[in-house]
Amino acid sequence: MALLSFERKYRVRGGTLIGGDLFDFWVGPFYVGFFGVTTAISALLGTLLIVYAASLGPTWNIWLISIAPPDISYGLALAPLREGGFWQVITICAIVAFVSWALREVEICRKLGIGYHVPFAYGFAIFAYISLEVIRPFLLGAWGFGFPYGIFSHLDWVSNTGYQYLHFHYNPAHMIAVSFFFVTGGALAFHGALVLSSVNPAPGEAVKSPEYEDSFFRDTIGYSVGTLGIHRLGLFCALSAGFWSAICIIISGPLWTRGWPEWWSWWLNLPIWS
Amino acid sequence: MARYQNMFTQVQLRGPLEAGPPLRDATFTRTGTGFYNYWLGKFGNAQIGPVYLGTLGMASLMFAFLAFEIIGLNMFASVNWNPVQFVRQLPWLALEPPGPEYGFSLFVPLAKGGWWMFAGFCMTTSLILWFLRTYRRARSLGMGTHVAWAFAAGIFLIITLGFIRPMLMGSWAEAVPFGIFPHLDWTAAFSIRYGNLFYNPFHCLSIAFLYGSTLLFAMHGATILAVGRYGGEREIEQITDRGTASERAALFWRWTMGFNATMESIHRWAWWFAVLTPLTGGIGILLTGTVVDNWYLWAVTHHYAPGYPSTGVIDPATLPGAPK
Repeated sequence: MALLSFERKYRVRGGTLIGGDLFDFWVGPFYVGFFGVTTAISALLGTLLIVYAASLGPTWNIWLISIAPPDISYGLALAPLREGGFWQVITICAIVAFVSWALREVEICRKLGIGYHVPFAYGFAIFAYISLEVIRPFLLGAWGFGFPYGIFSHLDWVSNTGYQYLHFHYNPAHMIAVSFFFVTGGALAFHGALVLSSVNPAPGEAVKSPEYEDSFFRDTIGYSVGTLGIHRLGLFCALSAGFWSAICIIISGPLWTRGWPEWWSWWLNLPIWS
Repeated sequence: MARYQNMFTQVQLRGPLEAGPPLRDATFTRTGTGFYNYWLGKFGNAQIGPVYLGTLGMASLMFAFLAFEIIGLNMFASVNWNPVQFVRQLPWLALEPPGPEYGFSLFVPLAKGGWWMFAGFCMTTSLILWFLRTYRRARSLGMGTHVAWAFAAGIFLIITLGFIRPMLMGSWAEAVPFGIFPHLDWTAAFSIRYGNLFYNPFHCLSIAFLYGSTLLFAMHGATILAVGRYGGEREIEQITDRGTASERAALFWRWTMGFNATMESIHRWAWWFAVLTPLTGGIGILLTGTVVDNWYLWAVTHHYAPGYPSTGVIDPATLPGAPK
């Protein structure tokens, strides 16, 4: 049953949010629960709809398959299945699957007696997805503003949407998001490296303690955030990256319709310069 | 339900400041004894300092200062030394590399890009000295050198953008300018010039690793905070002598997605994802313009981008009389 050596004593009843004992069991390594069932149903349905919609499309080339949202002319209405309706149903399935997955994580947290940080963090990813596929299309008045489901077609969407605003790098929220992505990547490299360098020291050396980790960073840059702090910092930076990504796309269109480089003219026109 | 989720440190201890283990083979001693900051202690360690300056550190800072000054003064000069306009236009100001007429020549007049070369040299020297510093600081404490090599991966990308690719293209003009908006302009122009970088497979990999790194840090940071009540942040202890924090952290992911890392292996996942971001990105940069001139057309050739229907417009470059 794919149990880890210590796993049996942790597989206890309870912690479910809904359904009581009904779905309180495991399949192989996976915990099920009520939300496992809803995740499985919605994920399976969504995936099959993607495959079916792909079968109606022009290609089976995995890079080129694309399931597009309805035309802008449909506004916020439901579209016929082959006219973007598949995209709409798949989007609903995806949201149900993502939210179910988060709630299943909550149940697992309760079962293990640990904090809710992971489902909370996952909520930011769901928020970013919903921003792109629901909030912004809703604010713009048509589902057609969502991105299509396809490996390279969604990149085309990013490219085209970006150039609609002339140069998306000038979007201030995009700047903040990208900065957080880079800082998170750097911080992750340094955190991973610092732990590995303590437990894999130079040949013949004893494994090092957190006192050495702190000293390494104090010696190098004058400050060590510490073993607990680095995980707070990493979580904060990672969630900020996702949050500002969502903001940067929500404001593009609903709040600002011209080129993003132009947005900066408020700075050049401040009264303090004259 | 409402319970403490370990977002801030509630009780801060105050004792003698940590001086750090003795250094081996060090020329200098640590500077200062450190001090406490209450508000910093809410989030992470309260202790700031001491710091080890050392030869490499001071040399690195000097070169960084030189690069900063060269860039700043050139920008200042570009607005006729007008301090108000300097601040007003700062995000738009640039120190540009030499124009294409200079090729990859080592001798370019200062005002024509020579200053850019000086600034780039000083910045690169500063980074390499800092890399050596992280290596030596680790060895001086008897630790592994993983931080230094992670830092080196980032330096590789910077040198690729500013030196290796311009060398391969035979022109400094290919390099990135210094400046806030100018380097963003360069990025966008680079992507358009080479047919949309989104079709560059190594750009795809780099983005996947960048997003993957962010995802991993969110997952890892959240997991460790969630098992903080069992001492999960004492990772080294959990690696060498597994406790219930490690077990619960592992089981959380095993039950969620059917797979789990260990307390040590998650840091290997982290290191590789983060390090592969600039490595794959640098490879993508190296191939652009040198091997592949238009990533979109390359993608059409390799069957991962759709070819668009003909517009009826004839590209003059394809006519028999066109210059080859």
